[in-house]
Amino acid sequence: MASMLLTSLRSSPLTSVQAAQFAARSLSTSVHLRAQAKSKKTLAKPGMKNVVLVDGVRTPFLQSGTTYADLMPHDLARAALQGLLNRTGLPKDAVDYIVYGTVIQEVKTSNVAREAALGAGFSDKTPAHTVTMACISSNQAMTTGVGLIAAGQCDAVVAGGVEFMSDVPIRHSRKMRKTMLSLNKAKTLGARLSLLGSIRLAHLSPELPAVAEFSTAETMGHSADRLAAAFGVSRLEQDEFALRSHTLAKKAQDSGLLSDVVSFKVPGRDIVSKDNGIRPATMEQLAKLKPAFIKPHGTVTAANSSFLTDGASAVLIMSEEKALAMGYKPKAYLRDFVYVSQDPKDQLLLGPTYATPKVLEKSGLTMNDIDVFEFHEAFAGQIMANLKAMESDWFAQTYMGRKTKVGAPPMEKFNTWGGSLSLGHPFAATGCRLVTTVAHRLQKEGGQYGLVAACAAGGQGHAMVIEAYPQ
Amino acid sequence: MAGIRALGSLSRLTARRYTLLPARTHVNYEIKGDVAVIRMNDPSARVNTLSVQMQREMTEVMDEVWGNNAVQSVVLISSKPGSFIAGADLNMIQACTTAEEVTSLSQEGQKMFEKIEKSPKPIVAAINGSCLGGGLEFAIACQYRIATKSKKTVLGCPEVMLGLLPGAGGTQRLPKMLGLPSAFDMVLTGRSIRPDKAKKMGLVHQLVDTLGPGLKSPEERTIEYLEEVAVEAARGLAKKQIPLTKEKGLMQKIQDYVMSYPFVRQQIYNTVQKKVMKQTKGLYPAPLKIIECVKAGLEQGPTAGYLAESQNFGKLAMTPESKALIGLYHGQVTCKKNRFGSPEKEVKTLAILGAGLMGAGIAQVTVDKAIHTILKDTTLEGLSRGEQQVYKGLNDKTKKKSITSFERDSFLSSLTGQLDYNGFNKADMVIEAVFEDLSIKHKVLKEVEAVIPPHCIFATNTSALPIKDIAAVSKRPEKVIGMHYFSPVDKMQLLEIITTDKTSKDTTASAVAVGLKQGKVIIVVGDGPGFYTTRCLAPMLAEAVRVLQEGVDPKKLDSLTTGFGFPVGAATLADEVGIDVAAHVAEDLGKAFGSRFGGGNIEFLKSMVDKGFKGRKSGKGCYIYQPGLKRRDVNTEALEILESYKLMPNAAISSDSDIQYRLVSRFVNEAVLCLQEGILANPVEGDIGAVFGLGFPPCLGGPFRFVDSFGADKLVEKMRKFEEVFGNQFTPCQLLLDHAKDQSKKFHK
Repeated sequence: MASMLLTSLRSSPLTSVQAAQFAARSLSTSVHLRAQAKSKKTLAKPGMKNVVLVDGVRTPFLQSGTTYADLMPHDLARAALQGLLNRTGLPKDAVDYIVYGTVIQEVKTSNVAREAALGAGFSDKTPAHTVTMACISSNQAMTTGVGLIAAGQCDAVVAGGVEFMSDVPIRHSRKMRKTMLSLNKAKTLGARLSLLGSIRLAHLSPELPAVAEFSTAETMGHSADRLAAAFGVSRLEQDEFALRSHTLAKKAQDSGLLSDVVSFKVPGRDIVSKDNGIRPATMEQLAKLKPAFIKPHGTVTAANSSFLTDGASAVLIMSEEKALAMGYKPKAYLRDFVYVSQDPKDQLLLGPTYATPKVLEKSGLTMNDIDVFEFHEAFAGQIMANLKAMESDWFAQTYMGRKTKVGAPPMEKFNTWGGSLSLGHPFAATGCRLVTTVAHRLQKEGGQYGLVAACAAGGQGHAMVIEAYPQ
Repeated sequence: MAGIRALGSLSRLTARRYTLLPARTHVNYEIKGDVAVIRMNDPSARVNTLSVQMQREMTEVMDEVWGNNAVQSVVLISSKPGSFIAGADLNMIQACTTAEEVTSLSQEGQKMFEKIEKSPKPIVAAINGSCLGGGLEFAIACQYRIATKSKKTVLGCPEVMLGLLPGAGGTQRLPKMLGLPSAFDMVLTGRSIRPDKAKKMGLVHQLVDTLGPGLKSPEERTIEYLEEVAVEAARGLAKKQIPLTKEKGLMQKIQDYVMSYPFVRQQIYNTVQKKVMKQTKGLYPAPLKIIECVKAGLEQGPTAGYLAESQNFGKLAMTPESKALIGLYHGQVTCKKNRFGSPEKEVKTLAILGAGLMGAGIAQVTVDKAIHTILKDTTLEGLSRGEQQVYKGLNDKTKKKSITSFERDSFLSSLTGQLDYNGFNKADMVIEAVFEDLSIKHKVLKEVEAVIPPHCIFATNTSALPIKDIAAVSKRPEKVIGMHYFSPVDKMQLLEIITTDKTSKDTTASAVAVGLKQGKVIIVVGDGPGFYTTRCLAPMLAEAVRVLQEGVDPKKLDSLTTGFGFPVGAATLADEVGIDVAAHVAEDLGKAFGSRFGGGNIEFLKSMVDKGFKGRKSGKGCYIYQPGLKRRDVNTEALEILESYKLMPNAAISSDSDIQYRLVSRFVNEAVLCLQEGILANPVEGDIGAVFGLGFPPCLGGPFRFVDSFGADKLVEKMRKFEEVFGNQFTPCQLLLDHAKDQSKKFHK
């Protein structure tokens, strides 16, 4: 695996080693080179509306606590929505519905979709609702939109997601909240005073939100470390993958491939137009870091995990007829998708492993048909574990009820413009980034089919097949 | 990468071939770089024990490892999932006939672990699963300990529960490692310590998480992972990158400072001694010997300490108390097996009738075993109380952190509370726990049989009503069985299953299977009034009432019974069981067995009930119970009632010791009679039932072991003396007489 990673890092002409490898790995790479015939010419289904991605944008993804620090979540969402309007030139009243995802909710804007839409200047006649499904929240927003269009209820839907980790709701303790609520109801001064008098020091300790599973109380990083260990993923493999992600992201950023990013004038601050978490380091630097969750022998570190990120994303999806009628040139078709879920303790982050074969089966494609893979990188260890799981017949047979493995995606097709580890991972905004990136990569590289897969808290997962729009 | 892996496994193969020339079956090792990984696996047993063979092979392997210059450090690990070393091999101790033999066993162990402790190459004990007794002593002799967080990983010194002491250095190393208070707590209670607690105490250095599904099964990969982490730690130790001594915290320093005064230590010995005496009434020699060993080691130095340990270990192994406790241990293991084989159909849905203390208690031990549990009552209030009891039981577990709140919720999701028979058509077993009244039981049985599927088993939870009488109205008596639970169900380990001559074998197998799932120790007995347990208890309680009538204070009665080794005094027991229940049972059994079950006057019990003194549940019985108050006063009103039933004690048989034997001999005689009549299948179940269900003194090992060790002839002699005064209540049964006549006859071989 390690050697595979390194190979894909080098974009130099074929060396003899690479050539040997390609030859040895038969189809998977030659498919790419020869653009071999696909199992299916298109995934269009007779009698079903084609749903297209018109365009997708996102704000720059910033490490939390940096330039966005003083905003509110709906501000970021607003920036993404406005960016989408600008990019597409969409008339503000042409949208039938808005669906937005978010994970850590700001209680003041619990329906952040509506607040952001109003603030972004959408028609106040356009309804909006918020969905949540951990790290696949905006995937859920998009597929909700796909459903509305396919069912003939809407023609144009804006979907997106926002996460704002610079400010999270920190609550009073339950005891304190109870006292404060009783205080509201207390009628006499005496009753109020006695309630106030009941406040003890323990009442004052706040409740912090944690990125931990409610069902198991285990933090995600801890689970990722155990997952990596279960699949025998070494620290070196994880650091190498993290480095790959940062290196590729840097390259993509420098060569202007990240065209989904829209600039954002942050009130009181400068215009932001670039992600700020991309930091290619050396293997030595990465090796120095201490494990972040399981001490002293764990393998997951701050550098091979995705970092806390602020950011928002948005996509415009339409029925094909509507898009064409409005004079748009769609970027891609959104095709089959699946949601999966499994044990939230020991298989928390294995969503892609379960979702990938399922969505391929559903669409009648094989691994070889896919030209572009975009997987959500929660942790390098999680990605490597998923790749190993997908390569294991034993795992497929024992835990997935399949006859054989689905096989891991070839690395040269995999997250080649960086991923959540380097670009950042604003929980609910990542899904749209993945889909838009697949569309852009298919256009750029000339492939036909792309696959998005992601894991999410709660032991859930998602995958979607995307088909390039004929150019 | 595949290439690298292939190379790795190749070199592993050759290494194995090279080092494993002599055929060993229990211990093998592999050299990984400069670390020797020693793996233990007893192929003939479910758990590893320090058997003769294990010890011999371990010594050989250690010598090879020490002699190998390429090896810098060592990892000791078990390749058996769920067991590091579960302890010494009990058979090895039981095979000894003299204290000296056992002492020398102990000394061999001490020597072996001393070599481990002084090993020039650091040894890491990598612990997954039970690390108990000798296994723990082995681990604490190693330089470093890493344990998995598995639910199966427990550390402890259970020797005291077998009437023994940790005889391979445990009493010497633990106090130094943990400090006196923690060490005493561990060695004297024998409690099992979970990994997180062990880490906090300083018993282990490092914890390793259990792993889920990966490229191998979770169990297999977890052991592999533990080994990987341990190998790294061993390297770190050899290179001195990991320090062996931990920086002591402030509290630890203060504690050490205080302990450096002999006066303080003396004070601790005294306090612990007093506490032990209070709890054991001096009936158990092991805790006292343990204190002696710890004291010898700390006050007179290691030589004296280790000597005291091995000698006392030898002495203890020969005590009847230890033999009784080991007998109980074996009995318990036997009663945790289903001797009726596996049932045709697994019980997946269990319906319980009556949400009272019993019904809800049964639900409580069932919901968390992946069995859908229906709890039915006739009133909303009763149901609500019952469901609350189940919730509280599980919630208490979350407070103790033995389960998470999520697990609690998910367990509770398999509980359905209801007032009707909805869903009974899917029940595989129904356990009724309604009021102890034959006509009510009949009514319920008929109602239930109208709604349940043909394969469904009907179990009745009764403490005295004969099952055949209840089954009399059944359309399918082969599916009717008795399941006698003890209150409180979640605490009491025993389940007495009662079969009639019509009960089918599969029905029995199924009832046992359910009971085992519920975590019970099970005895299966024949049908008859009072079955086994209630029948033994009744004459003893009748005698207790007579003793009270003779003017003995309830407190005195309690201290006489606890002084004999019963964990609960007779008067307190009556309050716990319920005076009304006692009266009810006494009357029923009196009718069935006649004057043999006489003794105390039942009218006294009835008068108590009339006054509302029903025992703990009503707040008053022999004692007065006030919520929140631990202290209990004798109920003076009860004494007034007693006054009107006063009997004149016969001085010849009223000494403290006589009273004790009057109580115990009636119990024991009835137990032997149960065996004679075939109610009991064997003496083992008789002992287990008496100890786990009724609190018969564990140090005596149960009524049958008591007869064996006390001597049937001596018991008969005592009974004859009582018989002269009280008549047939004390007439020894034929089987007891047989044993008295022939000394070679023993219940336990």
